[in-house]
Amino acid sequence: MNNTWRILVVDDEVAMRESLAAWLREDGYVVDGAASGREAVEMARGAPYDIYFLDLKMPPGIGGIETMIEIRKLQPEATVVIITAYATVDTAINALKEGAQEYMVKPCNPEEISLFVKRTIEVKNLQRENQYLRQKLTRHYSFQDIVSKNAAMHAIFDLIKEVASQRSTVLIQGASGTGKELVARALHEAGGRASRPFVGVSCAALAETLLESELFGHEKGAFTGAVARKRGKFEVAGGGSIFLDEIGDISPKLQMDLLRVLQERRFFRLGGTEEIPMEARIIAATNRNLQEAVEKGDFREDLFYRLNVINIRLPSLCERREDIPLLVNHFIERLALEAGKPVRDVTKAALKLLMDHDWPGNVRELENTVERAIVTARGETLDVADFDFLMQSPRGGSKWNAPDGMSLAEIEKHAVESVLDRTGGNIKLASEILGVDRSTLYAMVRRHNIPR
Amino acid sequence: MLIGLLPVEGVAGADMDALESFVARHYECEVRRLPDLAMPADGYDTHRSQYDATALLKAALAVHPVETDRLLVVTDKDIFIPMLTFIFGQAQVDGPAALLSLARLRQEFYGMPARRELMLERARKEIVHELGHTFGLVHCADKQCAMALSINVTNIDIKRDALCGACARHLADRLEALAG
Ligand SMILES: [Zn+2]
Ligand SMILES: [Zn+2]
Repeated sequence: MNNTWRILVVDDEVAMRESLAAWLREDGYVVDGAASGREAVEMARGAPYDIYFLDLKMPPGIGGIETMIEIRKLQPEATVVIITAYATVDTAINALKEGAQEYMVKPCNPEEISLFVKRTIEVKNLQRENQYLRQKLTRHYSFQDIVSKNAAMHAIFDLIKEVASQRSTVLIQGASGTGKELVARALHEAGGRASRPFVGVSCAALAETLLESELFGHEKGAFTGAVARKRGKFEVAGGGSIFLDEIGDISPKLQMDLLRVLQERRFFRLGGTEEIPMEARIIAATNRNLQEAVEKGDFREDLFYRLNVINIRLPSLCERREDIPLLVNHFIERLALEAGKPVRDVTKAALKLLMDHDWPGNVRELENTVERAIVTARGETLDVADFDFLMQSPRGGSKWNAPDGMSLAEIEKHAVESVLDRTGGNIKLASEILGVDRSTLYAMVRRHNIPR
Repeated sequence: MLIGLLPVEGVAGADMDALESFVARHYECEVRRLPDLAMPADGYDTHRSQYDATALLKAALAVHPVETDRLLVVTDKDIFIPMLTFIFGQAQVDGPAALLSLARLRQEFYGMPARRELMLERARKEIVHELGHTFGLVHCADKQCAMALSINVTNIDIKRDALCGACARHLADRLEALAG
């Protein structure tokens, strides 16, 4: 079917525009009309077209060639046909030099235009098919939502499949941005709990007392502000999975409480006497080295062993560089759609650049990088220039002076406040800008009493 | 369903009779023959010595009765749209009206002896084609299907005056939706 291909006919003469559009619609294309070059550029910006028919002479405002140049800036791959009258054939030849694929002298033979459109669409179909095959390749290498052809990752996929239906606690360790939550979700989705809830809790996000009530729930009047009974995450998760992220950051008191839940598989709401069975599977994750924390006495050894029944250690992105092309394609496929941009591919040179880059923020940083490139990209293919921002040093060149009489803590507080302000309170984004973990940022917010 | 048949002045009554009975038979529906449409003042283009399809369709839509579901305008004149040297016909995809020219369906247009039966056979195919568009059908890759795009009479002569299986199913769905 042709109904996914879009054509824009641009002519100031309404009869010309409408009749050509109607004729092309009979072929099944989605065809719109624009009365001026400016309108055409605006429409192209809103939603790109695959083929543009532009009349060379369009008074007033910008003519066909200028319109083509503007559209090209937005969509380097767009097919542009310049329509001209006999008197202006020379200018039309000039249009080819400026990058038009074709010029047509009106009136033209139906055969000529019909063949041109057919061939153009055939080529575009082929490109689309290649893209589809690439997507298929991505799917071939993916497990749930995780894309990889790395051997260590595939061992993890196998382990996930093997243990997904068990009840044993899982501890996922990996640097920030390596995809710990994705693994937790895969564990949930691949097993017999998929139809039940998956409940995530970021342990670093909440103060101790809040986290307690968040996990276990509370009865009405359990503490000031407990105006009604509230079910905790353990209860909400039911027979599903509960994902305790940043488990390495919980307080000794909570470590103790959690240990008890794991041992007895039941708990009480805060201020409550009713015993509630714990049926959810616990999946814990941390970017800290928990063994080390145990040795230093920061983390309970008994809790560590209870959590660490099944251990999954996620490699950093640098340990699985071969996945970068797959991941980039995967992100383009998903994020271009979300961003409403026509980006479909990435050049080899840009891929090489990404493969050579160090990724301290791992897959998440790669994802953010691809997203940023897509949002600002002009064409259908991401190129080296679209990743220019990776090369720029994040700091400006001018010398920075600390305000007089301000302590480091105060500077930190101001920095966090201003970034949160800029991101509208979005912790995820703010933590990326500041280059710290979300848990660290939460801790700073708490430490400085920053209102959110 | 009611299909209106609107001849533009100059089409032979006998040709219209033949096409009318074909449309009624083909769609198994009521067909109403409307009085001849006078050629609109802006219908003739002196530079091109042809008739403007857009102007003709506009004039036809202005007089077509509201109760007709689809309107088929038939002319004996050679018609064009500004971008193209000529067209056999034009339809609004999913719209109320279609226009068909008999001029280039005639052998005599190409300097050959007249063959009325051949002209009517081509006209039947193009009627199924243009009305097909008004029911939402678009061009078909099956060269024998009436919905295949024709840019010359050779293309038309290869076609049948019926739809291929896929187009026929699509049309049946559309007609059903129209009735319901
Ligand atoms: Zn057609
Ligand atoms: Zn067909």
